Amino acid sequence: MAGVRVLVGTHKGAFILTSDEKRKDWQIDGPHFGGWDIYHLKGSQADPNRIYASQQSDWFGQVVHRSDDGGKTWETVGNELSYKGDTGTHLWYDDTPHPWEFKRIWHLEPSLTDPDHVYAGVEDAAIFETRDAGATWQELPGLRQHGTGQHWMPGAGGLCLHTIILDPTDSKRIYIAISAAGAFRTDDGGTNWKAINQGLRSEYIPDPNAEVGHCVHHVAMHPDKPGVLFMQKHWDVMRSDDGGDNWYEISGNLPTDFGFVVDVHAHEPETVYVVPIKSDSEHFPPDGKLRVYRSRTGGNEWEELAKGLPEKDCYHNVLRDAMSVDSLDSCGVYFGTTGGQVYASADSGDNWKAIASDLPRIYSVEAQTLP
Amino acid sequence: MIRVRLPYHLRNLAKVGSEVELEVEGPVTSRAVLDALEARYPVLRGTIRDHVTLERRAFLRYFACQQDLSLEPMDAPLPDEVAAGDEPFIVLGAIAGG
Repeated sequence: MAGVRVLVGTHKGAFILTSDEKRKDWQIDGPHFGGWDIYHLKGSQADPNRIYASQQSDWFGQVVHRSDDGGKTWETVGNELSYKGDTGTHLWYDDTPHPWEFKRIWHLEPSLTDPDHVYAGVEDAAIFETRDAGATWQELPGLRQHGTGQHWMPGAGGLCLHTIILDPTDSKRIYIAISAAGAFRTDDGGTNWKAINQGLRSEYIPDPNAEVGHCVHHVAMHPDKPGVLFMQKHWDVMRSDDGGDNWYEISGNLPTDFGFVVDVHAHEPETVYVVPIKSDSEHFPPDGKLRVYRSRTGGNEWEELAKGLPEKDCYHNVLRDAMSVDSLDSCGVYFGTTGGQVYASADSGDNWKAIASDLPRIYSVEAQTLP
Repeated sequence: MIRVRLPYHLRNLAKVGSEVELEVEGPVTSRAVLDALEARYPVLRGTIRDHVTLERRAFLRYFACQQDLSLEPMDAPLPDEVAAGDEPFIVLGAIAGG
């Protein structure tokens, strides 16, 4: 029987929420890895029972786990992620050169076809891959050694590579995003990378055409339109129709265009979701009302989705990797808050309900549609 | 037999109890004990000391016989009581809230 599994990474462990295709009743399993920061978990599209988890602690560093049974049991896999060659420097907050230092994996992105092949986006910003199910990891150094690397500067959350998008029509094309360097694309499987930030405007950068330095919070793509990208930048919701070569703003009538998450409906490539956040100084929803905004026109025209969401006194944030969709009919949409709630809609966002209410601070949400 | 006491999360990671016992070849030093520990429990590699530099992670300390040995040379002999198995070599996580 079809169903959904929602993988939730939190400040104090991982939780797995499951339901049948009706998505009315949910079971919560966890915490897995209780007490550890779980920045991200993600399942393989090629084998949904293969799940990878990034487990991290300021005390004990990075650990990676793999499950082969849908999260029932876990095996510790390799955790040595060493930069390749001369590590060089990026810029520190005070504009001084700072050596690259590995801190944690922010995002795990399994290959679309091979469950043993996974990409990892890390802080300090770099991309790694494993081709042996996590036993060993190798850096794709061309990104870090991009000519602009020495000018990358961390955002408030660190110099993190937080977004990895694989093009389903071209296995050599990968998009990534780094806070606060910007977005990049490779067309040769990760050897060479191109900064794709043309059209982004960031008030804090004097040069309006700056190649890097943009605080990209998240990027999303629909697999049926792999050249169309949607971006939630620090401020501004942006869109590209040419694989990131050029961006234009689609914030339209949003109450605020600051935020972290952005995602696309599973069956409607022009239906986009964001969660507006008041500002970069006040990381909570405007007026204490938690709202998802949906555009069915690919941007600019947004409608407020409020049914089932807090009407007042909500001062949580929704972090960049904490929204996901399932591919059932109608599309399920899920997001997690820093207050530990997971909200779900089984009707493309029209109606919402909390399917978990008291989890730790949520870092990531990934929905898996099960056969 | 050398006794090693691990913090809670590393015990869980290695699937061991509060103490493990290790055979250590040659002089009993911090480096030798940690080498033996990681050889026996490879999942602990990188969690106590850096994979490459082998430097102790900042929020961990090494103790034995009421002494903080964290800043001692890694090749300095550990106390006789540790070498004899009378006292454990303790890997201790810094106490911090949150």
